[in-house]
Order: sequence, then C-alpha cells, then structure tokens
Amino acid sequence: MGWFLANSGHVFDLAGQHLVLAILPMVFGLLISIPLAQFARQNSTLRSVVVTATSLLYTIPSLALFIILPSILATRILDPLNVVVALTIYAVALLVRAALDAFDSVDDDLRQAAVAMGYKPAARFVQIDLPLSLPVLFAGLRVVSVSNISLVSVAALLGIGNLGMLFTSGLQRDFVTEVVVGIIAILVLAVVMDAVLVLLERLLTPWSRASTKPAGGASA
Amino acid sequence: MSNIFTDTFAWLADPQQWSGSSGIAVRLAEHLQYTALVMLIASAIAVPIGLYVGHTGRGRVAVVAVAGALRALPTLGLLTLFVLLAGIGLMPPVWALVILTVPPLLAGTYAGVSSVDRNVVDAARAMGMTELQVLFRAEVPNGLQVMSGGFRTGILQVIATVSVVAYINLGGLGRYLFDGLVLSDFPQMLGGSLLIAGLAIAVDLILALFQRLFLSPGASAKPDRSQPAAVDLTDPVTAEAVVQGGTS
Amino acid sequence: MKENHHRILGRRAFGGIAAGVGLAIALTACGGASDPLGTAPATGGTATGSALVIGSADFPESQILAEVYAGALNSAGVTASTKPNIGSREVYFKAVQDGSVDIIPDYSGNLLLHVNKDAAEVSAEDIFKALPGKLPEGLAVLEPSKAENKDAMVVTKATAEKYQLKSIEDLAKVCSELVVGAPATFAERAYGLPGLKKNYNCVPKKLEPFSDGGGPLTVKALLTDQVQVADIYTTTPAIADNDLVVLPDPKNNFIAQQVLPLYSKAKMTDKARDALNNVSRILTTEDLINLNRAVSGDQKQNPKDAAAAWLKDKGIVK
Repeated sequence: MGWFLANSGHVFDLAGQHLVLAILPMVFGLLISIPLAQFARQNSTLRSVVVTATSLLYTIPSLALFIILPSILATRILDPLNVVVALTIYAVALLVRAALDAFDSVDDDLRQAAVAMGYKPAARFVQIDLPLSLPVLFAGLRVVSVSNISLVSVAALLGIGNLGMLFTSGLQRDFVTEVVVGIIAILVLAVVMDAVLVLLERLLTPWSRASTKPAGGASA
Repeated sequence: MSNIFTDTFAWLADPQQWSGSSGIAVRLAEHLQYTALVMLIASAIAVPIGLYVGHTGRGRVAVVAVAGALRALPTLGLLTLFVLLAGIGLMPPVWALVILTVPPLLAGTYAGVSSVDRNVVDAARAMGMTELQVLFRAEVPNGLQVMSGGFRTGILQVIATVSVVAYINLGGLGRYLFDGLVLSDFPQMLGGSLLIAGLAIAVDLILALFQRLFLSPGASAKPDRSQPAAVDLTDPVTAEAVVQGGTS
Repeated sequence: MKENHHRILGRRAFGGIAAGVGLAIALTACGGASDPLGTAPATGGTATGSALVIGSADFPESQILAEVYAGALNSAGVTASTKPNIGSREVYFKAVQDGSVDIIPDYSGNLLLHVNKDAAEVSAEDIFKALPGKLPEGLAVLEPSKAENKDAMVVTKATAEKYQLKSIEDLAKVCSELVVGAPATFAERAYGLPGLKKNYNCVPKKLEPFSDGGGPLTVKALLTDQVQVADIYTTTPAIADNDLVVLPDPKNNFIAQQVLPLYSKAKMTDKARDALNNVSRILTTEDLINLNRAVSGDQKQNPKDAAAAWLKDKGIVK
C-alpha cells in the first residue's frame, strides 16, 4: 500500500495508457465487425468462411502478433499502433461472431414489418436491426473488453507502456508488491469497463429495461 | 516482407530445427506435457464443483461471479506473481495457468448439468434414483455435449497461454517466441507462432471428432450445438455463451 | 428469458463492486488524460521540436541510466522523456535506428560486438576507437563514462570450491557437467556460448534461459543449484550480498563495457551532448552498484526517483 501511494502517479499513468490501448481496438473492432457480419450474412458459405477465418486469427499468439506487425504495417517496432492493430484483430475475431449472433437474434417478422412499412434497407438496418441487436452485441463487447484489458499487459514485454510494466519490473526487481498492484489495477479496469458497458447498454436500450426486472444495486 | 515468410518456412522445414534438446519435437512434447498437467489439475478442481453447483443449483451466483473475475486476471501478472512467491521450477507457472483454466471448465461443467431438461431429471428421480444416480446417470450423460464444449474451450486456451511460461525459463513452443524476441529473429518467432496455432487447431479437430463419435448429443442439446466448426470454441463468445447457460 | 436471466446475474455480480470503484474511474481518467499513449514524441512521426526520447533495455540498470540521462537533459533545458523496457540490444538497436527512441544507454563492448561480431578489440580505449567506424549511418556514441558493467560468469562459493574454480579457464574441465543460467541472448552473442567455446573450450551441459536480465530469478536458480554458473552483471548488488564468486576472465571473453549513450544523430544538439557528457564524466561503477541497490534491493526505489536523487547528490540537478 505504501509503495502504491508513493508511486500512484506512475500507476495511474500506466493505467491511462493501458485503457487507451484496450479501448481503441474495441471501437475499431466494432466498426469493422458490423459491416463484416452484415456482409457474411448474405449466404451460408460466406458466413462460414468469415467465421472460420476470423476464428483462425484468434489462435495467433499475441506476443507474436505484436512483433510481426511492424514488418507488415511498416510501423516502428515500439509503435503502440502495433498493439492497437493486434488487439483490433482479436476484437474482430470475437465481435464478428457476436455481431452475427446479434443480427440473428433480431426477429425476422420485425424486419418484414419494417420492410412493409416502407423502410429502405439502410434505414431499416440503422433503425431496426442495429438497436435490436444491441443486447447481444454488448455481451460480445464485454467479453472483448475483459480479454483486451488482460492481453494489453503482454505488450509490456516489448516496452510499450501499460500496467504490464509493473509485472516485468516486479520480476526484474523481485518485488511482489508491484506485481500485486498491477494485477489489482487490471482487475479494477476490467470491472470499471464492464460497468461502463452495462451502463451504456442500458442507456442505448431503454425499452429493454421495461421488460427486465429492475436489478438492484446495479446503478453505478 | 516476403523473405520473412520464406525464411520462416525454411526455418520450419529445416530438419535440424526438429531434433535435439531444443528442437521442435522436444518443445512440442513439453508443450503438450504442460497442457496436460494444467488440464488435469484444473479439471480435478473444476469438475466436482461444477457438478455440485449444476446439480444442486447452490452457489450459482458465486460461480458466475468468480469465473468472470478470474477471467480478467492477466496471465503475465499471475505467472510473475507465482514465480516470485514460489520460485522457479515447473509447478509455480502450472498453478498460475490452473487458476486461469478453472473458469471455463467450471462454467462448462455447470452449464452442462444445468442445461439438461428438468423433465428428464424429474423423471429420473421419480424412477427412484438416488441423487448421485440422478447426477451420473441422467444429468452427466445428457449434459456431456455442453460439458465437452467447455473442455474444448479450456484446452485451447491452455495451449495458447502455455506459451507464456517460456517467459519464466520453462520450455514449450513459447520458447521460440521469447528466444526469437530477444534475438530479434522473426522467422523463429513466426515459426513458433504457426506451430502453436497449428497445434491448437489440430487438437481442436481431434476433440471435435471425438465429441462427434463418442458423445450422444444429449436430451437437451440443440441441433446447432453439434456443429463442430473447427475452431469455433477458441472463441470466448462461445465460451461466454457456455458460461451464460449453454445457449447462444 | 435466458438473456435476461444472465444479465441479471451479471449485474448482481458486478453491480456492487462497480459502485465502489466509481472513484477509481475518475482517478484513472485523470491519470490517463495527461498523456494518452505516453509516447507522443516517439510516435508522432513529425519531430516535436527538440524533445528527446530516451529508451532503455529490459533490465533495471538500463532503466535507471535512462532516467539519469533524461533528468540531466531536462535540467539542462532539453525536453526529454523515457521509454523503458524496450528489450534486448537486438530490439532496442532497431528502435534507435527507426527513430522510435533517440538515445539509449549502452555498454561499449557489447555494442561493438553487436555491430561487428568479429571485433578483436578488448580494451576500453580500442573499443571506443573502433565504434564510430562500425556503427551504421545515422548512429553515434558520446563520450564513455568510467562506469563499467560487464557480463560475468558467476558461481556460488560452494561450487567454486567443489570444482576448484579459480577462473573461467578452470571451467573447461567440468563444463559439460554444468548448467548455465543466462538471458536467452547468451546462446548467440559473441561472448556467450560461442565465446565460451572459442576462448575456453567450454561447452556447458545446458543453457537455462532467464528473462529477468541477470536478476532475482537467475540468482535464485544459482543459489538453489538449479544452475551452477550464471551470467550476472558485475554491478549486481546480489553478488556481494550472497557472497558469490565472479570468475576472472584471463582470455578477455567479456571485453570492456563502458557505459555510454548511443544516439541517433537526427535530433542530437550541442546542449544535449554537453549534458550527457557531463553525466558520463561523473558516473562511476560504484554509482551503478549503489543505484542498482536502491532500485532492486529492499528499498525498491522507483528508477526515476533513484536517478533524481543521484543527479541531485552529484550536483547535476540543482
């Protein structure tokens, strides 16, 4: 505790960098996955190709991806962009599946009704499909959030600033406290992000609150 | 660019890389050995608890909360912590991985048992089965399909994360990632990554085949669950679905 | 139904904690806001004036030195930030080359061997003279300091007595029975396994790779006899603390290693050069040991704080 208080500025700084490296890929992942999932829904062949291809991406070890990306992207080796791109790839791998499930979860009768009411495809997608698929999409986002926050720490092995630095430094200095602070800080970030996502989902899907029993104590 | 890939294939194709005490064959065996050890210990912890919670319905909230929290633990942090506390050697890293592997196994087992149609369970009870008989003759056989889904998720996760133990001087295929990293030897790193990914896919295919050949789809299984898409369960969304009660 | 069911579970699980960490959100937001990626100068592509980024290797001493350099530069009116724990020389050398960092503390002998595997120079003077000709275009080194930190073959007192080890030469007879603990780079570096074989005809039974830069794990492995010989840096306080024996190196397998700044010429200025040369004039091996003790010993001082204290003590920062 004493060490944490004395170094809180350092820890908060790393936490801030950690958060940025975790959140950006979620946003990019979402922006890529939604159109990709829409595209994959056209027919079952496309769908299985996209699902299999994105799942394969997930088997690449993160450390390897962090290292190999600079030679593919022509970025500098210490560029945080490498981490953002790597985690975006993982986010896409997870979110395409979630987005497919999410769009599947929308009742087809509703779609038909929208078409009957004269909605154009784009308007229908934005006003009907997307809002109604939000709950399943958010479930996927919450998984990505936890997984990203944990994965970012691996980038510390390459000197890219984040809470994982507390692990490498703790190991080099035989300093358990520093490692424990790092683990707790990452757990706190994961919980905070999860709470934010739950809150965001509630704000974006006001209709679902009416059908759900009010969950006590969830207001953050 | 292209020469990285040709170099990688040259690295993989070089017979010298495959033999010797730090050859691919040895590293592969080490990797499988660590994976098996972690799975064995994690199953010994997770399966009984999962069965108990699934059967009795007690402690469900706690299991979901704990499984969620454990999943947020950073592998690297846990590994470092255990090694600093317990020293180098085989077991400290293995215990760190066990902690990370228990959640999917626990969730899978729990979800498997609780996914069984309540009518089946009630019928078993009505036939005069004891609680243990209900569990092992009705719930486990019918929930096995979902349970094996959790098991597959777990084993794939272990195959991927076992790579990290090379950060602490253990072997396994992860060695190529860390040695390649400090030596800035891209072909070695990329070759190592391909081997790990290939191993994960191969193991998953074998498990999918096993699941299809030997496991009954179960009374409660939905048709789409038996679809054995090769790497589907590497995917934590599926894992999450398993945690959330076996349907996605 | 299932959907709602799980969401309620999720909310119960996280809801309570979520309220408790509300404060943490605010604090985190503040901490992060100041410098989102922490690396603005390094990644910006366009050079932001004369701001310099000091990198460091993946062991504490290098991080301390980077903080020392940055502190001295800032005090001289040159804006500098640090980028610690980049990795091994194989990695950070590229980082200096590609402009990810501008300056990194390095060690003259190993730096020379990195750019010229067959370098025959052994003495500090010869090495420093040979360096400029071998460094690639755009890179250079500044004046070396008196401070030296070498890789060394270290054994426990018990092992030294058991095998009658007086120097690395004595290792040759028993080498094949011994396990060496070292960073993974030791397998390929000129002074590593290749050097041991060439200079001392010593091929160890096995190399146990450690990722802690000759740190606590390596020392623990040595003390518990999991490895019998370890590559530990000579400025590691643990050598004296554990009564370890540094085997002399009569054949100069480990050549002179003066601490000096390796830099990219692109952003070096006279002002920065003077500030760094001033540090090198003052820094001694003794200082390195003390700084290492402050950071990795019981005190666990932050490298930045340890560096600041040293700079103040030496009058470099007023």
